[in-house]
Amino acid sequence: MRKSHIVVRSRGIFAGMLIGAIILSLLAACAPPVTVPEAGMGETPAAAPAAPTAGAPSQVKIGIVTFLSGPGSPFGIPSKNAADVIVEALNAGQAPAPYDQAGIGGVPIQLVYVDESGGPDKQVAEYRRLVLDEKVDLVLGYVSSASCLAVAPVAEELQKLTVFYTCATRRIFEEASYKYVFRTKGTDLVYNVGAARYLLKVKPDLQTIAGMNQNYAWGQDSWTAFRDTVLQLKPDVQVVSEQFPKLFAGEYSAEISALLVARPDAIHSSFWGSDLEAFLIQATPRRLFDQSIGVFIIGEAMLPSLGEDVPPGLIIGAEGTHGALAPDNELNRWFTRIYRERYDARPIHPAYHMALTLFGVKAAYEKAIAENGGKWPTQDQVIAAFEHLEFDSPSGVIQMALANGHQAIEPMAFGITGEFDPAAGEVKLTDRMVFPAECVNPPEGMKGEEWIAQGFPGAKCP
Amino acid sequence: MNTWLIIAVDGVAFASWLFLISVGMTLIYGVLRILNVAHGSLYALGAYTGASLIIAYFRHDLWPYGSYLVLFGAALLVGVIAGPLIERGLLRWVYDRDPAVQLLVTYALFLILEDAIKLGWGADPYYAYKPYQLLGQVQLGGIAYPRYSFLLLGIAVAAGGALWLFINRTRFGKLIVAVIEDPEISTAMGVNVPRVYVITFTLGAVLAALGGAFTAPMISVAPGIAVEVIVLAFAVVVIGGLGSLEGAALGALIVGIVRAAAVHHIPDLELFAIYLVMAAVLLVRPQGLFAREERRRI
Repeated sequence: MRKSHIVVRSRGIFAGMLIGAIILSLLAACAPPVTVPEAGMGETPAAAPAAPTAGAPSQVKIGIVTFLSGPGSPFGIPSKNAADVIVEALNAGQAPAPYDQAGIGGVPIQLVYVDESGGPDKQVAEYRRLVLDEKVDLVLGYVSSASCLAVAPVAEELQKLTVFYTCATRRIFEEASYKYVFRTKGTDLVYNVGAARYLLKVKPDLQTIAGMNQNYAWGQDSWTAFRDTVLQLKPDVQVVSEQFPKLFAGEYSAEISALLVARPDAIHSSFWGSDLEAFLIQATPRRLFDQSIGVFIIGEAMLPSLGEDVPPGLIIGAEGTHGALAPDNELNRWFTRIYRERYDARPIHPAYHMALTLFGVKAAYEKAIAENGGKWPTQDQVIAAFEHLEFDSPSGVIQMALANGHQAIEPMAFGITGEFDPAAGEVKLTDRMVFPAECVNPPEGMKGEEWIAQGFPGAKCP
Repeated sequence: MNTWLIIAVDGVAFASWLFLISVGMTLIYGVLRILNVAHGSLYALGAYTGASLIIAYFRHDLWPYGSYLVLFGAALLVGVIAGPLIERGLLRWVYDRDPAVQLLVTYALFLILEDAIKLGWGADPYYAYKPYQLLGQVQLGGIAYPRYSFLLLGIAVAAGGALWLFINRTRFGKLIVAVIEDPEISTAMGVNVPRVYVITFTLGAVLAALGGAFTAPMISVAPGIAVEVIVLAFAVVVIGGLGSLEGAALGALIVGIVRAAAVHHIPDLELFAIYLVMAAVLLVRPQGLFAREERRRI
C-alpha cells in the first residue's frame, strides 16, 4: 500500500465509478442482442409464397453466433456479412432455384446475432438466453471448437435445433451422438487427409515434412491427421520439425529459423486468422517457401488480404470447395455477386460455411413442409427431414451422410498459388484438384484415427 | 555451434521485441506503483496508428525510408495524446486505492479501449509490411535473417539507453527518483508530483506505442493483439523485478534465449518456456531479479 497521497480526493467519486461500472455491465448482460432490421423484421416485404403454408408462424427466428470481436472476427465478420445478404435475398424471394421461394416456406426469416467472444461458459449462457428468452426457432453458429463442444450437450438438454457452421473438431460426433445438433461442413480430419493426398500428388518424391501449428486442439489434431496420413501413404517420409507456437503469438522468427535449418520438403500449417498472415509476412522474405512447399490447409482466407504478396508455389485449401476453390455453379455466381455488390470484396470460406447452414436449414424445412402435406412442420419433422439430406449450395452438393445424418461430408479442393491477377486483386490458384467426399471422409461409425491407421478402408479416390 | 549462433540471434531478436513491449510497463509501475493492464491497449493503438499511417505514406511516392520516421511519429502521437488523458482523467483518482482496485480500473480501461479500437479501425486486419521488407535480409549461420530484426534491436537498445540516461543523468530524472522514494516529502520539498506522474505515464505510453508501431510491419494488425502483449510484458516485468529497467532488459534476454533454444531443440516446450523461466526466477527471488530491498525501483 502506498502512503496517503498528496491530492485529497473524495472516495465518493470512485465508489460512484464502480457502481456505475457494475450497473453498466449488468445492463450489458441484460441488453437485447443485436437485431438486424434489414434481415427480416418485416422491413422487406416477403414475396408471396407459391402455396401458403398452413399453420405457419409469422417469422422464423434464427439466432446466429460468431466472432463479432477479437482475433476471431476476421472469420466472423465475413460470416455475418454472408448471413445478412443471403437472408435479405431469401426474404425478398430473389435467390436462384431451388431456393427461390421467399423466406423459409414463404415465412420471413429474422436474425438475432450474438458475439462468440468470451469463452465457452459465456456461450452456454448466451445459448440458453437465445433459446429461453429470445425464443429463437433454431441456432446457427460457432467458429471455435470449444464453443461447439460446450453448446452441443445444452442443445440436447433444451431440445433446440442447432446447426454448427464452421467449427471443425471431429470430436463432436465421434465422441457422442445428438438428436438436435447438425453440422453442414466437414471436420478437421478431412482437410488434412485431403491436403496430404494433394501434396503427394504434386510431389510424389516427398522425403521430409515439418509442421507449424498453433498449440491447441485444432493445431495439434490437424498436424496429427496430416502427418499420419502422409506416413500411411508413404511410410519412408521423415518428420524433421514439429513447431507449436502459442495461438495468436504473432511473432515467429525463431520458428522460421528452425524450419530454415530443418529444410523440410513441405511445411504443413493449419494457421488461420491473423497468425496465418503474420507467418507469411515474416517467412516469405526469409525465403522459407523457396526451399519448402508451404501447405496451408485453410490458407484461402489470406488470398484477398495479402494480394500480390502471396508467394507462388504454396498449396492452399479452403476447408472444402469454398471461396477461391468453389465450383462454378449458378448459386456460387449469384452469391459472389450479391456479396461483392454489398461489401466490395469476395466472400472467403467462412462466408461460404454460413451460406451452407442457411441453405441446409431452408432445404430441410421445405422438405419437411412437403412431407407434411404442405403444412408447417414440427421441429421433429424438420430434424427428420434434415437427417441424410442432400442439398445444393454455392459450394456444390452437400450430403448429410455421417453421424446418423447429422454430419456433412464435403469434397476437398486444393490449388497452388500462381500469378497475381490484378483484376481480381489476388493470386490465381492453379492445379485445382477436388477429392470427392468418399475419398477424404471415413465411413459411418469409424473414428478418424482408426481410419487412417487401417489404411483408409472404403475410401474411393481418383 | 552453428545452431547456437542461430539460437543467439533468434533469442536476441525476440528479446529486443519483448523489451520494447515491456519497458513502458515497468517504468510506469516503478514510479506510479500501478500495474497498467491497459499497456496492451496502448501497444495496440500504436500498432493500428502506425499501420494506418504507413499505408497512407506508401500511397504517395515518397522516400521509402521515411516510413521509419512515420512509425516514430505514430508512437509519439499515441503516447502524447493518450498518456495525459488516461493519467489525468482516470489514474489520478485511484493512486491511494487498493492495488486490486487499480488493477480493475486499468483492466476496465483495457476493455473499453479494445472496443474503441474496433469502432475506430473495424475488425478487418491491417497490413503495413513494407518497412519490414524494405531492409532486405542478411545471411547468418547459413540462413536469412530480416535486417528489420536488427533495427528493432537498435531501437530497443536506444530506448533502454535513453531512458536510463534520462533517469540517472538529468534533473528531471532525479525528481522521478525522489518521487519514487517518497512522494509526500517530495511534495514538501516543492516537487510538482502530479507533473512527474503525467510525464512518466506519458513516457510509458509512448514506449508502449513505440513497441506497437514497430511491431505493426511484422504482423497482421488485427483485433486481439493487445491481450498477447499484456501477458508477455507482465511475465518479463515480473522476472526482472517490477519497476526495474535493468531487470526488464535482462528478463527479456533470458526469456528470448530460453524460448529460442526451446524452439530449436524441444519445440513442445516453447509455449511453456517463458513461464518456466518465470517460475524458476520467482522460486529463487520472489521479488524478481532486480527488485532490491531498498525503495529505489528504477
